[in-house]
Amino acid sequence: MEQDITLKKEVQGLAFLKPLVNKFTPKFQKGDILSSLKKTGITILSILSFLGLWHLGSKALYNKEANYKIEKALTERGQEAADAERACIASGDSSCQPNTLPSPTQVWSSLQSLIADHKLINAKKAAFIEKMAATNAKLVAQGKDAIVYTGRASFVDIVLTSIKTVFAGFLLALLIAVPIGIIIGLSPSLRSAFNWFIQIFKPVSPVVWYLLVFMIVKTLYIGDSSDNAFVISFISVGLCAMWATLVNTAMGVSSVDKDYINVAKVLKLGTFQKVFKVILPSSLPLIFTGLRITLSVAWMVLIAIELLAQSQGLGLFVWEEFQNGANDSNAKIIVAMFVIGIIGFLLDRIMLSVQNLVSFNKNEMA
Amino acid sequence: MAYLELKNVYKSYGTDENVTNVLSDINLTIEEGEFVAIVGFTGSGKTTLVNLINGLLKPTSGEVLFKGAPVVGTSHERGVIFQNYSLLPWLTVGQNVYMAVKEAFPKQSKAELKKRVNDYVEMVSLSPAINKRPKELSGGMRQRVAVARALAMNPEMIIMDEPLGALDALTRGNLQDEILNIWSKDKRTALLITNDVDEGIYMADRIIPLKPGPNATLGPEFKIDIERPRDKTAMNDNPNYKKTRNAIIEYLMDIGDQRKSVSQQEYILPEIAPKSFVA
Repeated sequence: MEQDITLKKEVQGLAFLKPLVNKFTPKFQKGDILSSLKKTGITILSILSFLGLWHLGSKALYNKEANYKIEKALTERGQEAADAERACIASGDSSCQPNTLPSPTQVWSSLQSLIADHKLINAKKAAFIEKMAATNAKLVAQGKDAIVYTGRASFVDIVLTSIKTVFAGFLLALLIAVPIGIIIGLSPSLRSAFNWFIQIFKPVSPVVWYLLVFMIVKTLYIGDSSDNAFVISFISVGLCAMWATLVNTAMGVSSVDKDYINVAKVLKLGTFQKVFKVILPSSLPLIFTGLRITLSVAWMVLIAIELLAQSQGLGLFVWEEFQNGANDSNAKIIVAMFVIGIIGFLLDRIMLSVQNLVSFNKNEMA
Repeated sequence: MAYLELKNVYKSYGTDENVTNVLSDINLTIEEGEFVAIVGFTGSGKTTLVNLINGLLKPTSGEVLFKGAPVVGTSHERGVIFQNYSLLPWLTVGQNVYMAVKEAFPKQSKAELKKRVNDYVEMVSLSPAINKRPKELSGGMRQRVAVARALAMNPEMIIMDEPLGALDALTRGNLQDEILNIWSKDKRTALLITNDVDEGIYMADRIIPLKPGPNATLGPEFKIDIERPRDKTAMNDNPNYKKTRNAIIEYLMDIGDQRKSVSQQEYILPEIAPKSFVA
């Protein structure tokens, strides 16, 4: 019974998996199949029309730029050059391709080339480790640092770095914002003391947070040659994203139902008991709402901050591809865009299901 | 010495110009072992009165004495059953009761406390629901949990703030009997706040009406001279019951009328005639 409820709740958070889940649920009725089929059908239809529109749009842009190139060659260098240009574009030679919004097929092949690249790099890494195994064992025996692979990072490594940064930042935000939020929430005078601070720093842009963190971390790491880009970026992400949790925690703690406070008084609970047995449980739903906002903000500001901090994540990847200007750079940027979107969506869903699990009074409010 | 005594108690909210006098000149004495009911209209300050007695509020002036000593803060000696149950929704029935028991008997072992919880949950016949959360229970079951929680702390005095107001007539009747049972078993002192005159007559030794606020004050008391244990059906034919009931209702209707006449104000309507658009 208990398990049933939890399962249902989890599914609520992950409603997009419903058709999948239904498929594996043994007893379901005819109406369920129809409605889930309809739902899936509509989703597939809308994805297809999105791809179609995208394809047409990118084709139009491609033609526009191609025509412009041919026209330019014609006016500047004459008919012969224009013909050559036209032939070059038609041949698909990468030197003269219009560099515009890539089509869905280009993006798809880019994704595949990124994956192939990842496999290649992995193989190289494995070979390197194997080759160095003996040397490294010796080095370690001598008390020296082992030699590690420092080659180019693959796309998957980049994505993993970004996720690591976001989780480190999220954890930092949680560790700072929740305790401070609780303390502020408990004391009205501290609340008014902190209010200006929160109001002023909440709207500060991620770029400025990055600069602030950079100033401090740079000095702390002075004389240390190790790479501090990861540290700077996760601290900036955490500071940027923690405000929602801070405000929500303070609000949740300060607005506990007066009935519960009266119960705590009548039972004569001590301060510690009152905070941990009454106030915190009753503000958990609001705290988790704050954490969910924090996680999505963290993921959103991550890209800008990684770009600035030169941290090997998706933000830097996007920026480097844009600067690179290679033939498939635009397509890679779009791949990164989808990866960012999908991961952000998944993170939000995970938080939503956690939030549903802790909100005890959902039924009462509904 | 009276068990519980309220002397010239005044209670007002707000300051200076925005002040609202909720209760004024409340004088009340309750003897040990007595069952007193206070009957009043909604919004007459009944909950404020209860909170003064249980120690959640302090009087603006006057004194609340419990066993001769002024009431400062809440105490385990006075158990409270709240109007809206006030169960903690994230705890199960057992945990809600356990929390109270643990505070009231800090020296007892875990097993003793558990046994106590089980006993009281069984007393309100909720043993099958001991691991359920409040939202899975009906209103009557929730109120029974609140009763178990208050009584498990073994208070000397039970203070009930419209405990049965939100329940249907059948559940209400059952719970009334349960509360009376518990009260008569250990001869505790009980104060019941209610808006139901029949409930007051069935359960209490004395009924005291609370005149409606602002400036609510207690009216004359009515003694209920009906043998205990009382029987609901037989009581209907008891001449004493009819007499008391009529007297109380008449009194309440009188003060209700007074309140109406006080608020009667003459409104002068402007003299306007409909305009004719035809001509």
